[in-house]
Amino acid sequence: MSIKHPENAAKFVANDERMHWHDKALWFVREKRDKASKSIPEWEQLREYADQIKTHTMSNLDTYLLEFEENATKRGITVHWAKDAQEHNEIVHKLLSANKVTKLVKSKSMLTEECHLNPYLESRGIQVVDTDLGERIVQLRDEPPSHIVLPAIHLKKSDVSDTFHEHLGTQKGNDDPTYLTRAARASLREDFLTAQAGLTGVNFAIAETGGVVVCTNEGNADMGASVPPLHIASMGIEKIIPRLEDLSVFTRLLARSATGQPITSYTSHFHGPIEGGQMHIVIVDNKRTPFLQSESYKKALNCIRCGACMNTCPIYRRSGGHSYEYVIPGPIGSTLSTFRAPKKHKTLSFACTLCGSCTNVCPVKIDLDSQLYTHRQDLREKNIISNQKRLGMQAAVWLMTKPALFNFVGKVARKIVPKLPKGMIYNKFNVWGKQRDLPNMPEKSFKDLYKEGLKDD
Amino acid sequence: MKKIPYGRLGEKMKVGLFIPCFMNELYPKSCVATLKLLKNLDLDVDYPLEQTCCGQPMANSGCSKDMKALAINFVETFKKYDYIVAPTGSCVTMVKDHYEPFFDEDDKDYNKVKASIYEVCEFLHDVIKVEKLDVSFPHKVGVHNSCHGHRSLGLGSPSELNVPPLNKLKNLLGLIKDIEIVDLKRDDECCGFGGTFCVTEEAISVAMGKDRIKDHIEAQAEVMTGADMSCLMHMEGIINRDGKPLKVMHITEILAGEV
Ligand code: SF4
Repeated sequence: MSIKHPENAAKFVANDERMHWHDKALWFVREKRDKASKSIPEWEQLREYADQIKTHTMSNLDTYLLEFEENATKRGITVHWAKDAQEHNEIVHKLLSANKVTKLVKSKSMLTEECHLNPYLESRGIQVVDTDLGERIVQLRDEPPSHIVLPAIHLKKSDVSDTFHEHLGTQKGNDDPTYLTRAARASLREDFLTAQAGLTGVNFAIAETGGVVVCTNEGNADMGASVPPLHIASMGIEKIIPRLEDLSVFTRLLARSATGQPITSYTSHFHGPIEGGQMHIVIVDNKRTPFLQSESYKKALNCIRCGACMNTCPIYRRSGGHSYEYVIPGPIGSTLSTFRAPKKHKTLSFACTLCGSCTNVCPVKIDLDSQLYTHRQDLREKNIISNQKRLGMQAAVWLMTKPALFNFVGKVARKIVPKLPKGMIYNKFNVWGKQRDLPNMPEKSFKDLYKEGLKDD
Repeated sequence: MKKIPYGRLGEKMKVGLFIPCFMNELYPKSCVATLKLLKNLDLDVDYPLEQTCCGQPMANSGCSKDMKALAINFVETFKKYDYIVAPTGSCVTMVKDHYEPFFDEDDKDYNKVKASIYEVCEFLHDVIKVEKLDVSFPHKVGVHNSCHGHRSLGLGSPSELNVPPLNKLKNLLGLIKDIEIVDLKRDDECCGFGGTFCVTEEAISVAMGKDRIKDHIEAQAEVMTGADMSCLMHMEGIINRDGKPLKVMHITEILAGEV
């Protein structure tokens, strides 16, 4: 089944109050990001560096991944390779069952969302607890995250209060954020102490050192990686950066772009297992390598998952993350998903006005809006856009290549439309006119006026 | 007024006026204002009658391959001018950024067209370098920075970038007597027009337009202006439907004193 972004968006827009609340919350984050980025004089240069480092890395990915594996192994980390989501889940499950794990604490990893790890493990009798507050909230509600950095941004305090009342037994109607956070923390503490394994994502994997870096604001990744004896880190192949010194470019960009903070509260380096414990890294491809071969879309792999393109996107802000029905929403999600499954996600590259704000905001300079434009052309080439649209456009071109006929049609329309009864103009076929008046029809076109003598005025 | 740079052999600079298809049909007043504005500058302005559409609606719908004929027609029509000037940022972007697939890399005509096409404000600001306009407009005006003009053509500095502030539209309006330009909360937020987006994503499109209008009204603008009639048409449609107290004018009408 294909995704219908317009319908999903219309539903979100229909609740005007909530839509505006969502829009404002994200705009607030974008404004914070603007302030933070403008406090650094060399901001644009940093973006340039980040782009260059990433682009260089992607064209030498094999070398850096092998270098990483070698260095990580030297540090006592076991490296696994997974070609797809299935393999990733199997590896994780094998590690967990070999260690008799019945409860796993997880810290935010979009990759495990992408692989649908939770249901996979749960159906095999392993309890999985997401430990980032936002993730925990959506997990309790049995919903996917609606944003990659702010997974519960679509929810209000009252929604969280209801969820916690139902699942954690908090007082009904108490939506004091401190109270709710404390309740979540108390329940999570219990989980950290009783879980036998922790799984984290990876923000950056450093080829030179063989270690991984995880950036969080709640410190829960550190708990998950350091309390239980088994730490599994899951990463996509694109997370690699060559040297430790490259990291500084990305850490300066990441938090500022994501939330406007100078740096995330915790930038944790994991360079080996805890004493007496084990550390495993699963390196996942899952449909990433085709990007490397695509001139038009390969830059999409450079994404560092800051979420800034979502916060700035006027469509995302007003349609919510769930309207995209893809693990990563917003501009970057639209291009990734359309490349991976064009038929299924064909409406997403059109869920965009090509305003270009996402491209400007992106810390690694991904050409998001032109990728979405190119997707549209590719969909047409693959015959995935509707016949109606294609034929309509072909007819329009035919008309436009005949200036005299086009003038005539314009003239007729200008004469007739003003005389038509309203019901004939504003009906269900006129989508423009549902909530907008048509322009007033002038008596003459500019071309008419020009021919009549404007020319020699 | 500054001396106008002249074209070949001391002749007047020859300017080809490009009017987007829908503006020709629906907004002749803004087109006349554009023509007048250019003529007042002592330029040799010509409006070639063979022109139709730049192909933007087709390209934005994914059908760029289908519009090759339009691109070729455009280049044929306009290659003879020193400059091509249009009262619309997005159509200029179309010609500049999206015609490449239809021409050889070293196609002389296309390269000339690409290098000499300007949005009218850009042209007045960067080529003519207008320093004075003998016009008064005693109103509070909000400037809608259309995305294509603003971000793709660089009519202004996008709020996302850490670059020195610039707004060519506001600079030009600043030459006008008695005008008051109001500050909007979201200076370069998209209005939601987006070509066929305005019908395929009708709900969001209208929601975005409404927010943009609200921003103008809250800033107490009496007039909303901009350099892209398509965005203005979309918002005018909402304003008229909702009976909002805001007048919409293409920037050339204000600059030409056509009130
Ligand atoms: S595409 Fe760019 S802006 Fe969007 S999430 Fe990725 S890095 Fe951030």
